[in-house]
Amino acid sequence: MHVAGLARLHMDEGDVERMATQLGTILAYVDTLKEVDTEGVAPMSHAVHLVNAMREDTVGEHLGVDIGLSGTEEKEDGHFLVPKIVG
Amino acid sequence: MSLTKGLHIHEARKHLDAGDFTAEELTRQTLQAISEKDPLINSYITVAEESAMADARLADEKIRKGEAGALTGIPLGLKDLILTRGIRTTCASRMLENFDPPYSGTVAEKLKDAGAVITGKLNLDEFAMGSSSETSWFGPVKNPWNLSHIPGGSSGGSAAAVAAGLCLGSLGTDTGGSIRQPAAHCGVVGLKPSYGRVSRYGVVAFASSLDQVGPMARSVEDCAILLQAIAGHDPKDSTSVNVPVPDYYSLLSKDLKGLTIGLPVEYHGAEGVHPEIRSAIGEAVRVLEASGAKTVEVRLPHMAYAVAAYYVVASSEASTNLARFDGIRYGYRTPEAASLLELYEKSRSEGFGEEVRRRILVGTYALSSGYYDAYYNKALKVRALIAKDFTDAFAGCDLIAAPVTPAPAFALGEVADDPLTMYLADIFTISANLAGIPGMSVPCGFSAKGLPMGLQLLGKPFDEATLLKAAYAYEKEAAWDRGLADPAAGEKS
Repeated sequence: MHVAGLARLHMDEGDVERMATQLGTILAYVDTLKEVDTEGVAPMSHAVHLVNAMREDTVGEHLGVDIGLSGTEEKEDGHFLVPKIVG
Repeated sequence: MSLTKGLHIHEARKHLDAGDFTAEELTRQTLQAISEKDPLINSYITVAEESAMADARLADEKIRKGEAGALTGIPLGLKDLILTRGIRTTCASRMLENFDPPYSGTVAEKLKDAGAVITGKLNLDEFAMGSSSETSWFGPVKNPWNLSHIPGGSSGGSAAAVAAGLCLGSLGTDTGGSIRQPAAHCGVVGLKPSYGRVSRYGVVAFASSLDQVGPMARSVEDCAILLQAIAGHDPKDSTSVNVPVPDYYSLLSKDLKGLTIGLPVEYHGAEGVHPEIRSAIGEAVRVLEASGAKTVEVRLPHMAYAVAAYYVVASSEASTNLARFDGIRYGYRTPEAASLLELYEKSRSEGFGEEVRRRILVGTYALSSGYYDAYYNKALKVRALIAKDFTDAFAGCDLIAAPVTPAPAFALGEVADDPLTMYLADIFTISANLAGIPGMSVPCGFSAKGLPMGLQLLGKPFDEATLLKAAYAYEKEAAWDRGLADPAAGEKS
């Protein structure tokens, strides 16, 4: 439940039970990684060695406000609308 | 005359240029084939009839003016997680059921600039998370060779449509085998390029350190043509690498003299490999030897851990990437929510399907405080060892030959409720993504039940040319092309 909260997912009782069993199986399998000796091995987060891709800090092509807002009906005056968050 | 009957891209090119038929005629027949056959296999989520016909008319004009390139007027389909302005892009998810993207992906733009006709958007596992194309919000894809079997996944629609002639070629994406595995199950050729070879700008991200876009087609030549069109550095994708792109087509050759092919003992001796796959791969290796290649045994000692490392890395990255779906800016938004938090939680829970939620949970857990080192960091270290295994193996060979899958396609629903067994279907393909190397699937026969099987070739980083060359030699020698799959025949049997 704690993890579901972190992931911003709502789960009911049935979901929790089923998912917990399946995740248990998956994590038990993942635990086989503990057998591997990784002493002194550097973690590899990426397959290619990249350096920062830099460019001039100039304005390029960009989406207009209308296109940026085109994915939702809930908008007003060029902004996205969300439920009230301060009282 | 049926124009789409088993036509290859390179053959269609000659016919179009010679004026045997027009791009409009070819496109109309392809759309006709889709409307007749796709109801049986469900390979398309969206058929873009109007824009396809407009593409075709533009192509005919180019052809008339003598300005045609390799793909001008060729009907191609795109996996439905490649953004296409003007054609909805769903990722096979309720979350994006009606999403009209604000821009197109670079690969889609490149195909369009090359004059291709985009027939529509192809079905997949939701957000590309799966190996069977059963988790789509738009219903499962069926294998055109046998409708009671899965087509593989996640690019199942891209493979099935090509196999059945519902487009001449397609693009898929491969995060752990999602091009190669469905290609094998549907009897088509599929290529996962090296990480960094093809731009992913405008391709919805699943696991950003593993995802690659690649071609699927009915011949190696066609894959070479498609890769040529999409490969290369893109300033809009900082992970695309700025290295020269060779002329793949001109490097195809039937002579493999001087080439050394490594056979990993861990793959060829693996337990649980179906006897028909084992014998088909053995036969394929003999064909490669007959074409002049030498074979040597190689070792990949950490392969047994590839699936476990992959599921930690891929799920962790997926949980982060999919955090963007908040129900606010685009995509599904729950109709009722009292607070912002409830809006997030309900939109995400109602918008994402079960497998996507499961992977988000695994990834969130692996990245959470207290578990990060034990899971995520540990998986990255094992990944480094897997990559080193390949570097060591390639010191003694030019490419590696292996099975694509442990068994021919399983039946629909057979393992749908067993996530771990589903994950293990990718055991031979996953390590290439972890290491970032290119991999290919080439048809290497049919099982006794009539299901296709695939030979996998793995290459050195950015050496797609050698993969294509060996695959071409094999394809010409083995001649496995049985023409198009006929879903209607599968229905009767």
